[in-house]
Amino acid sequence: MLLCASHFVLHSQNEFKSGNVLLKGGNLLTISHGDMEETDLLIMDGKIAEIGKDLNPPRNIPVLDVSGMYVMPGIVDAHSHVGLDAVNEATNPITAEVRIADVINPYDIALYHALAGGVTVSHAMHGSANVIGGQNQTIKHRYGTQDPNELIMEGAARTIKFALGENPMRVHGEGAGIIPNTRMGVETVIRQGFDEALQYRRDWEKYADHKENGIISKPPVYDLRLEALLEILDGEIMIHCHSYRSDEIYMLMQVCKDYGVKDLVFQHVNEGFKVAPELAEFGAMASVFSDWWAYKFEVYYSTAYNTTILAKNGVITSVNSDSRELIRHLYLEAAKAQRYGQLSDSETLKLITLNPAIQLGIADRVGTLEVGKDGDVAVFNAHPLSIYAIPQYTFVDGIKYFDCTEDPPDMRVLIDISDDLNNFMELQSGRGDHECLH
Amino acid sequence: MNLYILKKLGFSLFFAGVFALNSSAQIVQPAIYGDFLITGATLYTVTQGEIEADLLVEKGRIAAIGFDLEVNEGVQIIDATGKRVYPGFIDAGTRLGLSEIGSVSLTRDFNERGNLVPYVQALTAINPNGVPIAVTRVSGVTTVVSAPSGGLFPGTAAAIHLLGYTPDQMYAGSKAVLLNFPNKGRSGSWDRRSDEKREEEYKENMEKLGDFWKEAERYHQLKSKGKLENQTNPPLDALQAVFQKKYPLFIEVNRAPDILEALKWAKDKDIRVVLTGVAEGWRVASEIAKSGFPVITGPVLQTPSRAYDRYDTPYTNPSQMKAAGVTVALRTNETENVRNLPFNAGYAASYGMGIDEALRAITIVPAQILGIEDEVGSLEVGKLANLFISNGDPFEPRVQIERVFIKGWDVPMESRHTQLYQQFLERSPGLQLNE
Repeated sequence: MLLCASHFVLHSQNEFKSGNVLLKGGNLLTISHGDMEETDLLIMDGKIAEIGKDLNPPRNIPVLDVSGMYVMPGIVDAHSHVGLDAVNEATNPITAEVRIADVINPYDIALYHALAGGVTVSHAMHGSANVIGGQNQTIKHRYGTQDPNELIMEGAARTIKFALGENPMRVHGEGAGIIPNTRMGVETVIRQGFDEALQYRRDWEKYADHKENGIISKPPVYDLRLEALLEILDGEIMIHCHSYRSDEIYMLMQVCKDYGVKDLVFQHVNEGFKVAPELAEFGAMASVFSDWWAYKFEVYYSTAYNTTILAKNGVITSVNSDSRELIRHLYLEAAKAQRYGQLSDSETLKLITLNPAIQLGIADRVGTLEVGKDGDVAVFNAHPLSIYAIPQYTFVDGIKYFDCTEDPPDMRVLIDISDDLNNFMELQSGRGDHECLH
Repeated sequence: MNLYILKKLGFSLFFAGVFALNSSAQIVQPAIYGDFLITGATLYTVTQGEIEADLLVEKGRIAAIGFDLEVNEGVQIIDATGKRVYPGFIDAGTRLGLSEIGSVSLTRDFNERGNLVPYVQALTAINPNGVPIAVTRVSGVTTVVSAPSGGLFPGTAAAIHLLGYTPDQMYAGSKAVLLNFPNKGRSGSWDRRSDEKREEEYKENMEKLGDFWKEAERYHQLKSKGKLENQTNPPLDALQAVFQKKYPLFIEVNRAPDILEALKWAKDKDIRVVLTGVAEGWRVASEIAKSGFPVITGPVLQTPSRAYDRYDTPYTNPSQMKAAGVTVALRTNETENVRNLPFNAGYAASYGMGIDEALRAITIVPAQILGIEDEVGSLEVGKLANLFISNGDPFEPRVQIERVFIKGWDVPMESRHTQLYQQFLERSPGLQLNE
């Protein structure tokens, strides 16, 4: 309790559950319009309704005094696997038809841990076993519900996981004796997949043409996988590609140019800094680890300065977690871009707010404190880029989901008796906690 | 030689070639030895508060602290006005130098075959030229304990300074024999053993530990009476240093019930006991305090050990133990990212420990636990010149570590990571080869 807000406000548990709240007198880090000292932020019906000094809200709007505290947009994690029952459909180099939306687990305590770190939105991703993996799902951390669909962020852009390099080579080449066994094979899988989808489209067009002209012919077999690939080519699904080495990053940009695909976000992208000018020219974006390296050969020649180099070269860059552990302190992970490259405060905060929001196609909804955007807000007792910052309150849609002053120890939605004293959760030893084959 | 072996051999030769070629392409500059006078800074001595004074480094040691110091000709004066000087940080639990690339098994030297191998020496396998070493030391971490892992007695850990070309040059004068205390519970959600099976295996392990220890004790008694002179027994010989109290026994234990068992087991043993890991120390903090055993805990930045625990228990664990009276040092348990030690300490500080105690937990306290407090862990005259200069509070991510000295050597502020930064921030050629 001592660690939480010194100005402890007495309020009932349900007071901040209506989607209406006035956050009074905080230091707003708006991201879009600079910092505003001692400013009120009014959320009505789950949306930011007004920002200004000494606002006069309608009666009966609950007021939370956040004077002396820092108020920032809810943190967005562009690469996560929390709240999921399954991650990797590692059975084929292309599994574009599977959907993470089908395996959302609202009971995962990691969702609450994320909220306790100010993270309100995460990009729940398929794993990296397949060259073209499954379709991801952007979720809002509306923790407490038992309905998986309530976590789904309505209207978020559709995205799909791609993966290059060692993981698909190991799983399929080494593991199953099929292509891809090399980075040459990885490229081939993508090109042949796209070509097959285009042929499939031509087959349907031919069939439609025949039908129009009264020619009787057999329709092609409906194929969900190829349908999804076509949606990528049509720009309806955005690629989020697991990648490490600069050559493979460059390769995918060439493939995308050839097929007219424009929406491209590279994930991890440890060697993105080596092709930063090319990424910037293409308009490809990057979502990186703050400092991970050396856990496998393809990240041996990487640097913690990756974030800064990418940002300085004009690449829209975010810092992600890909981990149940890191998602609890993404504000620290972002701050490491100041240790490694002295990025400014405003550039650094964008790494976990506006930039990931752009990468997920939800920048019109979240990522900044602006009137009309979702009431997703994280409140800290100190500047969030300070090591001494402690999250105080986290709101999603104007509803308070985390309160450091009212935080009972057991926050499970569903009590599982197998969680007894004999069981450890995934206590981190080395890298035991990471679910995707990063 | 069959085809399989040939293939294997060819594979590893290929990799050896690749590594040699690439690592020689990016080697950091050598450190420079000399006399250094650091002026104008605030000295965060750890043991004697914060002092504004000059600090003189001579012959690898802190020769003087004060004003108008007598210096030798040729002394290099470092104007550190407005900066801070700290003793080099100590991470008392890492795998640094024992692994180069996590997924490439032939570069991993921390896990020997066998359950009772206390004789394998971390110091032998620490690669002085490993890339992670330079990456780590520019963060201000100058000394680490590098430890093997694996079975019941996985080996002997060593404290090293992060400078030198041979194990002897790096050795910081302290070792520890490691014991992974038997674990009664599941080790994670992947552990699918039945309750009976776990109980059975636990009993077996406790018996194995009991038998081995008894044998080692008897062996020690006989040896110290001058008997068994011509007899060698590697596992038992390796434990002699523990009975002689030359090295501590590091007991790795994390679950609360296991911690209590470990306390029971270690009680009344006439050895130097240190508990390591201790993730659930907060549950049994007063019991640990009563034992008097010091603790090396961490990482602080880890998930709670149980789904029903408060989200911040790993952050508050060090302060809860400290408040109960336990001697607490911090560790990262990391390999290539030991540089996160100050951030782990920062979290411990924020969540109840306070900045001063957290600083002690990565300087003087681990030095005392390791028995090298006369050499490192604070800014005091006579100690090794293991120190760094920063432009602010080194726990803060935005602060830059500007100079690092290890044993009086001026360490280049260079690593693979900074070199790549310099090469690629403004890449040349840019988009076009001939712009």
